[in-house]
Amino acid sequence: MSGDAVETPLLEVRGLAMHFPVSEGIVLSRKVGDVKAVDGVDFAIKRGETLGLVGESGCGKTTTGRCILRLERPSAGQILFDGQDISGLGRKDLVALRRRMQVIFQDPYSSLNPRMKVGDIIAEPIKVHGVEPDANRRRARVRELLSICGLDPKFADRYPHEMSGGQRQRVGIARALALDPEFIVCDEAVSALDVSIQAQVVNLLEDLRERFRLTYLFIAHDLSVVRHLCQRVVVMYLGRIVEMADCDELFDNPLHPYTQALLSAVPIPDPRVEATRDFRPAPGEVPSPINPPSGCVFHPRCPMAVEGCKRARPVLRELRPGHWVACSEVQ
Amino acid sequence: MSALLDVRNLHTEFRTGAGLVRAVDGVSYTVDPGETVAIVGESGSGKSVGAMSILRLIPDPPGRITQGQILFDGRDLLRLSQVEMREIRGRDIGMVFQEPMTSLNPVLTIGRQITEVLEQHQGADRLAAERRALELMEMVGIADTGRRLKQYPHQLSGGMRQRVMIAVALACNPKLIIADEPTTALDVTIQAQILELMKQLTLRLNVALIVITHNLGVVARYASRVNVMYAGRIVEAGSADAIYHDPRHPYTIALLRSVPRLDQPRRARLDPVDGQPPDLTRLDGGCAFRPRCRFAVEQCGEARPALAPTGEAGHFAACFRSDELVAARDVAAREVAA
Ligand SMILES: Nc1ncnc2c1ncn2[C@@H]1O[C@H](COP(=O)(O)OP(=O)(O)OP(=O)(O)O)[C@@H](O)[C@H]1O
Ligand SMILES: Nc1ncnc2c1ncn2[C@@H]1O[C@H](COP(=O)(O)OP(=O)(O)OP(=O)(O)O)[C@@H](O)[C@H]1O
Ligand code: SF4
Ligand SMILES: [Mg+2]
Ligand SMILES: [Mg+2]
Repeated sequence: MSGDAVETPLLEVRGLAMHFPVSEGIVLSRKVGDVKAVDGVDFAIKRGETLGLVGESGCGKTTTGRCILRLERPSAGQILFDGQDISGLGRKDLVALRRRMQVIFQDPYSSLNPRMKVGDIIAEPIKVHGVEPDANRRRARVRELLSICGLDPKFADRYPHEMSGGQRQRVGIARALALDPEFIVCDEAVSALDVSIQAQVVNLLEDLRERFRLTYLFIAHDLSVVRHLCQRVVVMYLGRIVEMADCDELFDNPLHPYTQALLSAVPIPDPRVEATRDFRPAPGEVPSPINPPSGCVFHPRCPMAVEGCKRARPVLRELRPGHWVACSEVQ
Repeated sequence: MSALLDVRNLHTEFRTGAGLVRAVDGVSYTVDPGETVAIVGESGSGKSVGAMSILRLIPDPPGRITQGQILFDGRDLLRLSQVEMREIRGRDIGMVFQEPMTSLNPVLTIGRQITEVLEQHQGADRLAAERRALELMEMVGIADTGRRLKQYPHQLSGGMRQRVMIAVALACNPKLIIADEPTTALDVTIQAQILELMKQLTLRLNVALIVITHNLGVVARYASRVNVMYAGRIVEAGSADAIYHDPRHPYTIALLRSVPRLDQPRRARLDPVDGQPPDLTRLDGGCAFRPRCRFAVEQCGEARPALAPTGEAGHFAACFRSDELVAARDVAAREVAA
């Protein structure tokens, strides 16, 4: 591809939706509605980019990630990976895809098999995909992966419970790297770690991105980590994107009232700053995705809401170059 | 003013397969009436075990409080019988934990959880207890109280459940509330609501609060004093301002520097605390932070440094080099800023 041509994004989702049926009754169960976990989402991720995905619990971040990884079959929409629509692929075609996309989970405790040695955990995907049939070379590869992730190769003989949380998370990362993927979904990958260890793993993820030209979808609720790591950020609320912009633009100039509420709710680790900061948390609870509010889903909690917000669902509009907002009141 | 809570030289141990864990290894601090004290520190450093020791809720076996005094309102809690202790818990000392689902009774309605406490500790009759329950629920910001009273914990959101926990904790007008990671499981905007509520209520009712959290922003916003723990000990203690603006222990300095801040320009790289958390079964006689410490010298391997005055009055650090490392700390901070 020539340098000045517009590069096709590595990943693009168009109108992505994932509705889970909700049923009632145990004997004669009947469908009573849908959880609109993801409800019409569009975004793209460039090669080598880290896109942050933030928003409150249950807003559909994990479901979005699982659809992209095709661990779920989306109810609607397209998922273009390297130009190919993978949203309808069958089991066989997905195997080849799995090598190129990986995931790192939040919980290093439950995502590693406690009965397997660390070396076998990391070697497993290599074996499953038949990448390296030779056992010796596979062991060498495991040692290499461990040291890439900042662990002593001797750890190959340990069990997960013999390691600290930070070390286990590094094992999870080593396993995700085993097949040389291009794209990794990091779903709360550093959230369970102690603050002092979190910074080590954040630095590791950054190093790996540069070294292997990785592309990340970084799902997290810690906004300061997202700001540190991401180039662009998507903010979701109740299954929909409310705002999307370059990282600095989003944090310096949040336009959607929900993003503003989210950012102002983050306390700054400095008592002098906090003593002078005027701060009123957004009222109300996150509504249920089974019965989402009409119109703009944020209107019951929104300080700017007007009558019209109850009726029309706001569309995502590009208010400044690259800065998209779904709010009819923001100009 | 005498302290409401005076913890003196507390030791709590666990016998485990891997060896003896000195989870709390000589901890002393005080909490004044109405004051908010935060406890921060590495995962596994003994924050929860310390709090559970105050409440005498350490599972025995494998755990045991082996030494110390816990003076609450002048009485040593460690000398009370289990029956007397049950009176204190829930009446004089309220508790709020991370996961309200595990501390609320799943088969009791919200109303009953509150009235039960009132009947048990204050001998209130059913009607008076119900009136008070409604009042408490309004106080913690639960709308539609009549309907909510009849609901069960699983019918409420995480934020609502935490409000109920706070209502239960406040029911008998306690003097102290111990909150262990009260908002960690909640969303950012809900976390902010709950914390503001706790701050407002503790101020209004003059309740002292011990809050255990990993969130250094939460500490900065809500605590007047801070205890920093590492490997079972308090390694630094002082006013929130002293801890954040004049930290005197290398762990505190490293901890504060490792978190990215939304109010500061993005840094090229984070500056983590190097190395791994300590294995409490394998501590030697030296400073427990030594393997990760950028300032360690030979002396640090010879003894464990005691908590000693440093900086302003009321500021303590357990480091042999706390006075001399101030200069090095400030040079490093300027380098990071540049
Ligand atoms: N398999 C499923 N069946 C039914 N509902 C589901 C399923 N998976 C997710 N949901 C619902 O979809 C919504 C979105 O869930 P999701 O896990 O994607 O949220 P999230 O943004 O990742 O939240 P969190 O921050 O808590 O991880 C939630 O209401 C959830 O309960
Ligand atoms: N029931 C138990 N049996 C054995 N060891 C225990 C038990 N409870 C706690 N410990 C040990 O005591 C030490 C202190 O644990 P504690 O729960 O107080 O840590 P913490 O500072 O609260 O950590 P976190 O931030 O992860 O909650 C840890 O090493 C822990 O493994
Ligand atoms: S006593 Fe020594 S090793 Fe311990 S924190 Fe101070 S300088 Fe570091
Ligand atoms: Mg999730
Ligand atoms: Mg704890």
